[in-house]
Amino acid sequence: MGELLHIILFYSFAAVLLGAALGVILSRNPVHGVMFLVLAFFQSAMLWMLAEAEFLAIVLVLVYVGAVMVLFLFVVMMLDINVESVRKGFARYAPLGVGVALLMAFELAQLIWLRSSGVVGSGSFAETAEGYSNTKALGSVLYTEYVYAFEIAAVILLLAIVAAITLTMRKRPGLKVQDIGKQVSVRSKDRLRVVKMDAESKE
Amino acid sequence: MIGLQHYLLISALLFVLSIAGIILNRRNLILMLMCIELMLLAVNFNFIAFSRYLGDETGQVFVFFILTVAAAEAAIGLAILVVLFRNRRSINVQELNEMKG
Repeated sequence: MGELLHIILFYSFAAVLLGAALGVILSRNPVHGVMFLVLAFFQSAMLWMLAEAEFLAIVLVLVYVGAVMVLFLFVVMMLDINVESVRKGFARYAPLGVGVALLMAFELAQLIWLRSSGVVGSGSFAETAEGYSNTKALGSVLYTEYVYAFEIAAVILLLAIVAAITLTMRKRPGLKVQDIGKQVSVRSKDRLRVVKMDAESKE
Repeated sequence: MIGLQHYLLISALLFVLSIAGIILNRRNLILMLMCIELMLLAVNFNFIAFSRYLGDETGQVFVFFILTVAAAEAAIGLAILVVLFRNRRSINVQELNEMKG
């Protein structure tokens, strides 16, 4: 029973995933494309959950759907894109795109089904021990063997922050901003002029 | 039984769809970036399937790093896109021919 449920869930998630991917590449409106991409990431997370890679499934939803896709959505909604002009060549490239896709799909399927049949056996996944924690196992590898790569990943993220901000920052002339240095170094004689003069008479 | 080949086939189909997407949407920079994200997702599928098949967590660690680099790539790509749109008022890739020699 559990086996059958597993198979049904796998095929339904896979079907929705491929449908969403098709929606991404065919969508007329970029906002719909981003929404389809969110759906595709969700379905992938579910498939990873079925494959018992729980930690990465959660990370995919949190990081990808929660951060990267929202970034995409912000940019798509911020830019005023002329959809008609960017879709002009769609019909012209369609035969090439479909041809390349079919050719690659045929080759990859042949590789997977024919060449792996004698090598990988049934291809079933390794059994996990009782009380196995995917997060714990992943952490024990990540923070010991790959701790150097982990640090480099952190530096890459820092680099991305700096690059994104410096690219998009623009200096607008005529903007009123505080200059703290000037404010601190100002003296009273710069602002106030004491004028010596005789007292005024009544007339 | 769902196993390695099923996941590899899903991954291959996803990769092929994103290749077709890049060829079809050759003018739209945003859709090209989204197709690259889909491609990286397909690669991650392969890593996870082989990691589970071999019972070795190293593959999943690499998925972690791919996700990190993909997030950085998306952030920088979108920043370039915003600057491009600010200067050109268009995201048509075919019009970006100023740098040709």
